[in-house]
Amino acid sequence: MDIKPYNPRDWKSHPPYTFKDYGSSVKRGPLKKLIPLPQTLSEITGPLFSDIKLEPGENDLTHDPQTGKEAMGERIIVVGRVLDENERPVPNTLVEIWQANAAGRYNHPIDQHNAPLDPNFVGAGRCVTNEKGEYRYSTIRPGAYPWLNHANAWRPAHIHLSLFGPSFATRLVTQFFFPGDPLISLDPILNSVPGKSARERLMASYAHDVTEPEFALGYRFDIVLRGRKSTPFEAPR
Amino acid sequence: MRKQTPSQTVGPFYAIGMTRTPMNALATDSTEGQRIRIEGQVFDGDGKPIPDVLVEIWQANAYGRYNHPDDKQEKPLDAKFTGWGRSGTDEKCFYSFETIKPGPVPGNDQTVQAPHVNFVIFARGMLVHAYTRMYFADEPANESDPVLKSIKNNKRRRTLIAAPGMENGNTVYRFDIRLQGDDDETVFFDV
Repeated sequence: MDIKPYNPRDWKSHPPYTFKDYGSSVKRGPLKKLIPLPQTLSEITGPLFSDIKLEPGENDLTHDPQTGKEAMGERIIVVGRVLDENERPVPNTLVEIWQANAAGRYNHPIDQHNAPLDPNFVGAGRCVTNEKGEYRYSTIRPGAYPWLNHANAWRPAHIHLSLFGPSFATRLVTQFFFPGDPLISLDPILNSVPGKSARERLMASYAHDVTEPEFALGYRFDIVLRGRKSTPFEAPR
Repeated sequence: MRKQTPSQTVGPFYAIGMTRTPMNALATDSTEGQRIRIEGQVFDGDGKPIPDVLVEIWQANAYGRYNHPDDKQEKPLDAKFTGWGRSGTDEKCFYSFETIKPGPVPGNDQTVQAPHVNFVIFARGMLVHAYTRMYFADEPANESDPVLKSIKNNKRRRTLIAAPGMENGNTVYRFDIRLQGDDDETVFFDV
């Protein structure tokens, strides 16, 4: 069978498995060298969720889906495109998000941060990209929250994203941050990413064209997944 | 060219976004193939089972065909069997999947790959997900599997092979994953 592989993971963009300043990575990252695995049918295929049925409003976190009651905090709209390295859109792919509420607390039993829970904020959503690879969420701007990694440690506000793309090889979980957040330079999880330009790729940008009058500010965050090597036919001469 | 978006950890609270509904039952009563359960724990460098770990699998159907347009084999396709599953852990830190044993799938260069299940591991503390594979101990085709053969260290190769057991009349493969260790560190692949 003809296998057209995906580009390798770009280790100049991704963090190492262990990063001393992020304490819980030290015992949880593989220490041995990864074994090379030339991509086979097992790696170039993957779940496509083509039958997935999303409920209306799964990409709107500003209301409780059952009661319709409004969540507290600053409403925001987040849009972006999912692309591959060749700048081709990745259509019909699932984008899952989850986040803390405006007060910096997750709706999760192990989050014991002494900040209020919002009964109207679940903090999770799903959407599927359109033909142009675009996704869109309405949500609440998350708050910063403390964690126990080091003394007086606070995570900058961020939203988690999970993406699949067209294959098992393109799987990605990441998170994005908000411009101007003073906690960004202090965050060991973000700082695990090697290089300033790679870290900047995890910043959303304020998007006035997305901002809706009398409703919410807009932000844009594009996601780039592994692409396939250009075929000789497509290569520039 | 655009550069890849960097990976980040799923963090401790992934469950609200990723496991709100169970996604670990791949097979239904009508799925063709041998019903199996795959379960295990994921251990950290201190040998402790990790509670906040997320495991996803991807596999072929019983005939050895993936439910994906790039698999152009002329083998039967069961449209209802996606071949994908996701599991968090239970109170004893076990992940689990209800599925069927996959068939052999083609490898590169006219080889055949022994039946295997593709795994990806996420956890709080893992900045990048880790790829591995589970093979079946009672499968003679392992001897000629190109990926298993590429791992020269016997002890490390064995980290990919799950032994079958019986539980209430069901076949259960126990597949533990060790994120760190000596020769018992699970083989992770640079996919």
